[in-house]
Amino acid sequence: MTIISQLAFVVILGFFGFLLYKRITRIKKNIQLGRDQQIDDRKGDRLRQMLLVAFGQQKMFKKPLPAFLHLLIYVGFILINIEVLEIILDGLLGTHRVFAPFLGGFYTFLISFFEVLALLVIFSCVVFLIRRNVTKIPRFHKIEMKGWPTLDANLILIIEIVLMKAILTMNATDLVLQDLGNANYAQTGTFLISGMFVDFFDGFSESTLVIMERAAWWFHIVGIFAFAVYVTYSKHLHIFLAFPNTYYSRLEPKGKMNNMQEITNEVKIMLGMNTGEEASPPPEGMKFGAKDVNDLSWKNLMDAYACTECGRCTAECPANITGKKLSPRKIMMDTRDRMEDVGLSLQKGGKGLEDGKSLLGDYISKEELNACTSCNACVEACPVTINPLDIILQMRRYVAMEESAAPQSWNMMFQNVETNFAPWKFAPTDRFNWAQEINEK
Amino acid sequence: MAESIQIPTMADMAAKGETPEVLFWVGCAGSYDDRYKNVTKAFVKILNKVGVSFAVLGPEETCTGDPARRAGNEFLFQMQAMANIQVMNGYGVQKIVTACPHCFNTLKNEYPELGGEYEVIHHSTFLQQLINEGKVKLAGGGEFKGKKITYHDSCFLGRANNVYSAPREVLEALDAELVEMKRCKTKGLCCGAGGAQMFKDAEPGKKEVNIERTEEALETGAGTIAVACPFCMTMMSDGVKNKEKESEVKVRDLAELIAEAEGLNG
Repeated sequence: MTIISQLAFVVILGFFGFLLYKRITRIKKNIQLGRDQQIDDRKGDRLRQMLLVAFGQQKMFKKPLPAFLHLLIYVGFILINIEVLEIILDGLLGTHRVFAPFLGGFYTFLISFFEVLALLVIFSCVVFLIRRNVTKIPRFHKIEMKGWPTLDANLILIIEIVLMKAILTMNATDLVLQDLGNANYAQTGTFLISGMFVDFFDGFSESTLVIMERAAWWFHIVGIFAFAVYVTYSKHLHIFLAFPNTYYSRLEPKGKMNNMQEITNEVKIMLGMNTGEEASPPPEGMKFGAKDVNDLSWKNLMDAYACTECGRCTAECPANITGKKLSPRKIMMDTRDRMEDVGLSLQKGGKGLEDGKSLLGDYISKEELNACTSCNACVEACPVTINPLDIILQMRRYVAMEESAAPQSWNMMFQNVETNFAPWKFAPTDRFNWAQEINEK
Repeated sequence: MAESIQIPTMADMAAKGETPEVLFWVGCAGSYDDRYKNVTKAFVKILNKVGVSFAVLGPEETCTGDPARRAGNEFLFQMQAMANIQVMNGYGVQKIVTACPHCFNTLKNEYPELGGEYEVIHHSTFLQQLINEGKVKLAGGGEFKGKKITYHDSCFLGRANNVYSAPREVLEALDAELVEMKRCKTKGLCCGAGGAQMFKDAEPGKKEVNIERTEEALETGAGTIAVACPFCMTMMSDGVKNKEKESEVKVRDLAELIAEAEGLNG
């Protein structure tokens, strides 16, 4: 009998492992659609940033209540995985609670501790469901959250609650079977939380209890495998990508825009300056700025996968607050959607990037780009150091330089800078007039 | 005013074989905008009184290129930047002070990659240093003593470059009661003019950003809204006018407040 369940377990593990592997490869390929960007400096500072922001959740604590609840789920997720390890070993080896004999009394404590965490996870998830669906926090109900994003958010919370309940059911029925002296259920001592639910299962027959225990065990572990695959299609991917994302995030002052070296070379040639290298025209087909996902850097694309759509960026965005179309969260969601669409098309042997669509225009409109004040509020707000502003500014470059389609007032400003050396139409000869005026009063 | 103030240019000084300690980068708003020229003058009066060795580029100064870059015209930005760097490197400029956070950000963070490496500081930090060094004394704070002042963070000073405390320390030196808006420091709300918005109309929406911010500033009950940026100055002043509060609430730059407390507004 055990050999059959062991085989079934191996098959299920292999099946989900394969799905997960395929999906991870796909995501990696999608991120690699982005242009190359060398990020290999200041490794110590990067590690520190990752430990503080991702592992230590530093930026979450700007909002203490959700930060605390989120921390409970996060700690629960990490530590309960130790129990998942035991469950996987049991599944493969045909054992039952393989760690128990080695750990003795400490095992009882450990499982009790996990149960407390499970209870806290359930509590946090319930509060989060209420926050999302009852208290109507505005950032959860913006236009870009209609449909799948809202369903996705609720599903994640519900799945987590169900999985935690499965652990408690599994443990409670196990305890009852131990009391009944079932040979397959060795004594472990009473667990703290599930021990309180033992009475609930007392009336059932031994065979029913075995079925219940096994069902809960299988449901929990298969549920976890399925959830792991689901996560890769969901905003919940942040649980993994928050780590590399914070590691590779910019360490420079937020106000600094990346220099376009290809333009520096051209400007130097125009000004008759020594470029220090072979002066060559930019390669054929090269475009300035970003029109589609492959013009953005791989880090911009990783940002999009790391986004969990919490909307803190949008809640702080001055344009969004005052009713403009721009939402930094939507910029990230659109980037991800475009990447997924291109990736799916390529997977099917379709046209991929050449499908006649592009991130600019079909996903993100100029009106959104033009509303940005580059104030960095979104960048500051993001708990996993995503930079929506960087994407906006790269797309503005494409609009201004490749399409010459910047707003008319900006084109006039450009003209003023070119001819009057100031963004307003004042005569350069009047620039120093204030020095006379200072003594006039 | 007893004696007239002379403003040396880098060219004047170079002709005499001198180099100033610091270049005062005036910026386009500081040079042309009627309201912000007052800030330029106030700052120069302070420099003059303290005896800081400074000079300006005068007619040789041009736009840093910041608005062009934020609006997407990288080409124009780099043309401006290269030209300015050539001029400044020609004079051997080492240190720059400016009252414009946009110029400050560009000069400090974006010029080095194009060959312009300088020590760049914003006038709020410069004023704070003068106060700390005892060069600006502000005996008793004068007319601002105990009065409510709120400070509006410039995005390009605050979030962009982490300058939050210098402007506040300057205000505290006035003995004023510094009252914070609900959204301040890292969470400060933009005035609405950054990212080249200053040079175009806002996109369609239900409200102007500067009105949202002005309402917040007025809620503090402060009689003075202190700013440290020419764009913030315009946006907040327009907001106060829109709310018809210009007789009770003044929008002032840090340099103006210090100059006034020092009795330099003659």
